[in-house]
Amino acid sequence: MIRNKAPYDSYWIDALVLFAVVFLIVYVVYRVNTVLVYNWDWSFIPGYLFRWDEELQSYAPNLLMKGLFTTIRLAIWSIILAAILGFIMGVMRTSRRLFPRMLSRLYVELIRNIPPVVFIFVFYFFISSQITPLLGLDNISEDSSPMTLKVLDFLLGPPELLSNVVAGIICLALFEGAYVTEIVRAGIQSIPKGQVEGGMSIGLSRIQLMRYVVMPQAVQKVVPPLASQFIILIKDSSIVSLISIQELTFLTMEVATSTQRVFEIWVFVAGMYFVISYACAFGFSRLEKRMALHKA
Amino acid sequence: MPDNAISTETIIQIERVSKWFGDFQVLQDIDLTVRHGERVVVCGPSGSGKSTLIRCINRLEEHQSGRIVVDGNELDYNTKHIHKVRCEVGMVFQQFNLFPHLTVLENCTLGPMRVRGLTKKEAKSQAMEYLERVRIPEQAHKHPSALSGGQQQRVAIARSLCMEPRIMLFDEPTSALDPEMIKEVLDVMIDLAETGMTMICVTHEMGFARTVAHQMVFMDEGRIVENAAPEQFFSNPKNERTKLFLSQILSH
Ligand SMILES: Nc1ncnc2c1ncn2[C@@H]1O[C@H](COP(=O)(O)OP(=O)(O)O)[C@@H](O)[C@H]1O
Ligand SMILES: [Mg+2]
Repeated sequence: MIRNKAPYDSYWIDALVLFAVVFLIVYVVYRVNTVLVYNWDWSFIPGYLFRWDEELQSYAPNLLMKGLFTTIRLAIWSIILAAILGFIMGVMRTSRRLFPRMLSRLYVELIRNIPPVVFIFVFYFFISSQITPLLGLDNISEDSSPMTLKVLDFLLGPPELLSNVVAGIICLALFEGAYVTEIVRAGIQSIPKGQVEGGMSIGLSRIQLMRYVVMPQAVQKVVPPLASQFIILIKDSSIVSLISIQELTFLTMEVATSTQRVFEIWVFVAGMYFVISYACAFGFSRLEKRMALHKA
Repeated sequence: MPDNAISTETIIQIERVSKWFGDFQVLQDIDLTVRHGERVVVCGPSGSGKSTLIRCINRLEEHQSGRIVVDGNELDYNTKHIHKVRCEVGMVFQQFNLFPHLTVLENCTLGPMRVRGLTKKEAKSQAMEYLERVRIPEQAHKHPSALSGGQQQRVAIARSLCMEPRIMLFDEPTSALDPEMIKEVLDVMIDLAETGMTMICVTHEMGFARTVAHQMVFMDEGRIVENAAPEQFFSNPKNERTKLFLSQILSH
């Protein structure tokens, strides 16, 4: 057997790259330590993760952990909403009728061509003034039983912040829904025309075709890109800190102001984002491999 | 075989049908009558419009002028007529077009359950009957991707038959198959012919055509150039292009 593979003989390039990277790190650390004369102090961080609760006589999550939980809740709920919205819009995008197609196109183009920050400001104003009062979220803590409050607390966080969190979820969902729409559209359009024709030839209606032939296949194709969109969403969720949603980035800003240890806290929080994003990516890729094995 | 009962009753009537793709005319003034129980084989060079013609019969393509009437239902913009026709006309494609996410059995029960309203149990036992007819009952619980091309095409035939159609259309059903699998599919089609099914087959399998056809149709450049009984078609074709085509295809 003749293999058409050149032997790997460019080790010197690797060595050069490695050397450059190491040099850069050493240089940055050197600058920070000697030139900035920065005194690193990480000791305050654990106290902002958990605090000792005198009343309960146990540890309770402090700002950073609370922020992390809110971020995760935001990401999960908004991906669910975005998936529903994106699913509907994605189906409309592939409709034969002009009106649904146009509506969905308008939505996608609107969101893709406005900076996220601007979008969030515009919609926050609308949502917080119109939608959350409509849902009656502001006085929910007075009207509900302790049991519902407990469930709500687990699902959406502290009741007193409910309208705040819901506004954040709706903003993110609207925003991410546009990307999900494109994912769903691509999924539907990736199903070969022969599938639709096969279905038509046995008399299935348009709706039955969607329901029994196209969608089940499209969903399989949509799951992996949807998973990566979820990870993007975890990171993008930091943007709602701008409208005072009390998630990780927002609370970190508070910690940064009160402790004045700006460098440490942001480096640490970058690490937190990295860990959850990376863990999700790892989990999803494991899941995907599992699913691939199952099918084979 | 060709002399078993064809009635005098017309089941498909195609009159002066034309169709364009943009500026390009794919079908030009097509006239064709198929009687109940009749078997028509359509052949002709690639691109001559054979697929387009039979796809017009179950409205996978829309014709732009002329008339197509299938078992009393005219194909027009009335979706009820289209639905009725599709329930009565089965189609087998070159690329099988089986549903890859469903098992063989589910492929066969989908239409009967959702369109004809059979219960799951009825649909299953009926599907097994047809899978036996195409000699593949043991594969019922596999997914199509686990089957050979010939097996997949036989499943596709069973899937169509489960709708209990009165007419079957075949669009080059053996063209995508490895040579050793062609026979198993043709044998199933010959069995089907023996049951008296009305069939229109686009195929270049001339041995098969000789065995089953009542009517041979030769198409070229969107027209029906020759339409004759098989004896005459093979021994004494009138048209020069038919002669050329036959000499090319039979010399293989
Ligand atoms: N959807 C389509 N759009 C444009 N042209 C098409 C389309 N389908 C088929 N054609 C053209 O119409 C002609 C006839 O096609 P077809 O009916 O598939 O021929 P055949 O089955 O005899 O090979 C070909 O030239 C083909 O390129
Ligand atoms: Mg063709």
